[in-house]
Amino acid sequence: MSAPRPRFLDSGEAALVVEFGRIVDPVLNERVLALDAALREAAPVGLCECVPTYRSLMIHYDPLRIDRDALVAAVEAALERGQTEARAASVWTLPCCYDPGFGEDLDEAAARLGLSSQALARAHAQGDYRVYMYGFAPGFAYLGGLPEALAVPRRAAPRPPHPAGAILIGGGLCAVGTFPMPTGWYVVGRTPERFYAPERPEPFPIQPGDGLSFEAVDADAFRSLERRAAGGEVVARRRGT
Amino acid sequence: MTEESTALRVLSAGPGTTLQDGGRHGYLRYGITAAGPMDRLAHATANLSLGCPAQATAIEVSLGGIALTAEGAALTVAVAGGAFAVSLDGQELGPDVALTLEPGAVLGIRAGAGGSWCYLAVAGDLDVAPVLGSTATHIRSGMGGLEGRGLRAGDRIRVLARHLPLAPSRIDAPWLERAPDTIRVLPGPQADAFDPDQIDAFLAADWTISNRSDRMASYLDGPRLRHAAGHDIVSDGIVMGAIQVPGDGRPVVLMADRQPTGGYPKIATVIGPDLGRFAQGRPGTRLRFRAVTREEAVAARRDEAACLRGRPSLEPLVRTRFTSEFLLGLNLVDGICGPDDGL
Repeated sequence: MSAPRPRFLDSGEAALVVEFGRIVDPVLNERVLALDAALREAAPVGLCECVPTYRSLMIHYDPLRIDRDALVAAVEAALERGQTEARAASVWTLPCCYDPGFGEDLDEAAARLGLSSQALARAHAQGDYRVYMYGFAPGFAYLGGLPEALAVPRRAAPRPPHPAGAILIGGGLCAVGTFPMPTGWYVVGRTPERFYAPERPEPFPIQPGDGLSFEAVDADAFRSLERRAAGGEVVARRRGT
Repeated sequence: MTEESTALRVLSAGPGTTLQDGGRHGYLRYGITAAGPMDRLAHATANLSLGCPAQATAIEVSLGGIALTAEGAALTVAVAGGAFAVSLDGQELGPDVALTLEPGAVLGIRAGAGGSWCYLAVAGDLDVAPVLGSTATHIRSGMGGLEGRGLRAGDRIRVLARHLPLAPSRIDAPWLERAPDTIRVLPGPQADAFDPDQIDAFLAADWTISNRSDRMASYLDGPRLRHAAGHDIVSDGIVMGAIQVPGDGRPVVLMADRQPTGGYPKIATVIGPDLGRFAQGRPGTRLRFRAVTREEAVAARRDEAACLRGRPSLEPLVRTRFTSEFLLGLNLVDGICGPDDGL
């Protein structure tokens, strides 16, 4: 079965958008990530960097080193190769504290959803998530897989900055907010894991395409994990590949 | 030659004055904005005029201006971009100059005849710790530069200085004289989110750069644009220069500190060589957009690269403008700088 050819869109003369579709969908995202992996493996001269999103790959390039036609040809060759290779994804268990004081907006979001705070936290921890992409801010990860019962709309106006490691829900999605930022989403918990830790050999352990589930921890466990994370340890557990 | 204790001391700095190198590239996929200079041509010109690498760390000065002094030993600096008013110990030198700053002498830079950004480069290396390989400051995420923030009075930046004594000289960089009146764009990537009459309206309108303009984005005042079918798209990548049209129909040009992804349709994209020209437009500046082909855009990029191929030449300033006391304080003999000096 051959997938439909993506659309090639110009974002100026130095970026090409390879658009696989226009919706949030794991199959589209998988194709984006397969192309990303194939281009990383054999990057054409003049390719600067690629930005995978839910549904498209933005390729930044230097048009004085590779012209657009040659880049499109390289992408098409990579698409051929990408279809035969499975990208190795990890699955992570991410500790999350839903206690009052950590899930700052848990009560508010629960009220909007007509649930108890405990029921929201329980349902959230049972979800099966996928890291679709990063964007918005450093280490801000967009996760799909939020249970439908938790699809609270985003706020009309942003709330003050969330804490680092905030677990957010809004607009039918879940996210991990690594840098404190004002947000229109609801803070339902907090993880001690650092999605961005510049002093670690791998500053970003969790990659787009990885699977993720949450494990509820109490405040004491959170603080002890937070100390270990501050020391440079990756406290999310990786399950198989 | 190199003095451990040589430093630039900031005496005063307006808001939004930051350290910038060529940008933090390679991490957009993790949500990390490249930042880097608003006017890359002016940034590179300042650096190259002193024989520094084009992408070396320099100070990006906002309309608020800056005053600095050298500590420990003399420092040779270059200021380029945006027609800012530069002065040495109160003596006006005009824009786009290079000079040696003796310890204690005060270099003043303030908004001049036009332009929004200028760059102060230093002969030597500014001792600033890189984050993810770059010193570029991104204030929103507190990353890079000095503690991820703008410069302020009292800041001291250690410099591994290079010996390059220089009398005040004009940097010969005619390519920095660019009026931000017509800005070239390539349509898309979401031009199909607009009916053709709206694209025509976008290209025909007179736009004014609004007061809501900073390193992240410039808002444009003018007609409201209508979307063909809604203003929400599933987030995709955003380049510097992307012209996004949110729900209110007012276009926004996303600049160096933009978010790496976003969810509004982008009607067109400012071509790379016109980004600096656009960035230099002050609030209130009127401009139009002109659609060009990809070939024209790449040709303009080639022309831009050609400007930076060599080291811009330096011409000693006309000395009759200075008082004799001022001239006696200068080292005029070493001021002639050939193209290979210090490289």
